[in-house]
Amino acid sequence: MADEPKDVIVHDHNRDGVDRRGFLTCMAWAGTGLLCAMKGGVLESFAMGSAPERASGAKGAELAFVQISDSHMGFNKAANPDVAATLQVAIDRINALPVAPDFVLHTGDITHLSKTQEFDAVEQMLKGLRAGPIHYVPGEHDVLSDSGAEYRSRFGKGSLGNGWYSFDQKGVHFIGLVNVMDLKAGGLGQLGHEQLEWLEDDLRGLKSSTPIVVFAHIPLWSVYPEWGWGTDDAVQALAYLRRFGSVTVLNGHIHQTLQKVEGNVTFHTAMSTAFPQPAPGTAPSPGPLAMPAGKLRSVLGITDVKLMKRNHALAVVDHSLDSEPAS
Amino acid sequence: MRRAIVPLIALLSLEVLLLAGHPARTVRAASDSSAKVAVTIDNFNFTPGTITVSVGTTVVWTNKDDVPHNVTNPDKEFKSPTLDTGEKWEYTFKKAGTFEYYCTIHPKMTGRVVVQ
Repeated sequence: MADEPKDVIVHDHNRDGVDRRGFLTCMAWAGTGLLCAMKGGVLESFAMGSAPERASGAKGAELAFVQISDSHMGFNKAANPDVAATLQVAIDRINALPVAPDFVLHTGDITHLSKTQEFDAVEQMLKGLRAGPIHYVPGEHDVLSDSGAEYRSRFGKGSLGNGWYSFDQKGVHFIGLVNVMDLKAGGLGQLGHEQLEWLEDDLRGLKSSTPIVVFAHIPLWSVYPEWGWGTDDAVQALAYLRRFGSVTVLNGHIHQTLQKVEGNVTFHTAMSTAFPQPAPGTAPSPGPLAMPAGKLRSVLGITDVKLMKRNHALAVVDHSLDSEPAS
Repeated sequence: MRRAIVPLIALLSLEVLLLAGHPARTVRAASDSSAKVAVTIDNFNFTPGTITVSVGTTVVWTNKDDVPHNVTNPDKEFKSPTLDTGEKWEYTFKKAGTFEYYCTIHPKMTGRVVVQ
């Protein structure tokens, strides 16, 4: 599928006798996203040059959803004085997709300060989405003052514990995890014992060929622990996921796209709709990054994911807010 | 000399602030029990990272970052509300001991107050 073979990196994961017909092939292109395709039992990861439109062409999709993240409603500093305006652009981008998404994932930091009026503003704006339901997980900014009670009453109805849950759609098992609660001094994100027990139980009845999509706010891989960009007990969660042939992990928190393929697990972080943060280790701190005039929307964006009919491909494509709407 | 007319409290605060950028360094300050000592929250660091004060000292934390932080003792001795940009919070240490604290939003951020 890649037009530029020189960019192709293939990871061959054929190593046992498991039936892999249900597995996914993942193609990633540096900096902008990844494209996953189910292809004869081989998980492939392609660095792609110029063909994201192939992945975003929705006509062959049997399932399509969009990830948005880190809307930080209430933030008003130099890095973006109007986060409502950029969230609106993200909503407009989603509404301009050729096929309305089956659902939207919001991977947390919905608000900046967990204030009622911030929650209200986002909730009101997202009513303008032409899409199926919105599934949320909280970011640390959504649980600042009340251990997440307001977050859960608005966005976590029917969830368990601090707000975790799972659901199935078109044969894909989706798991929303919470790794922003009860964080320990000096530590990283944390899932906690109770949630890990639940996860183990949730996965128990599933065939190893079931494609899994896990979404949580803080990355579940060690992006840059010095800045807290990782989750202390994610290793345990990933151990439970190891037997599955295709696991896609979608995170936010770091306000930039990064991806990594490790075994059958593909990790991907989304852009924010509010403000960018520096690449790991390139600044004194991970604080909001002020962009030169006119450049902000090039570093904000949405992530659009489709399960394709023709080859059962899971295509994960990032669109910055200054790009043309997908066609 | 300018230093001679600066009140003791301000002088001590100044001394503390001059050490910004060395969060690991221990700072001895405030022999006067009514003193205030400043800790700056900047670039996801508490600066100075460790301060040594006498019983009765009030420590004032000021958030200079563009994101919110808080000041939380894991043993629940004290916890600030969320401090947005420019906001301050103070706490008076009435008993001796070593008090660790961190930001629960960004738990990599840690600090310590030694009260003698």
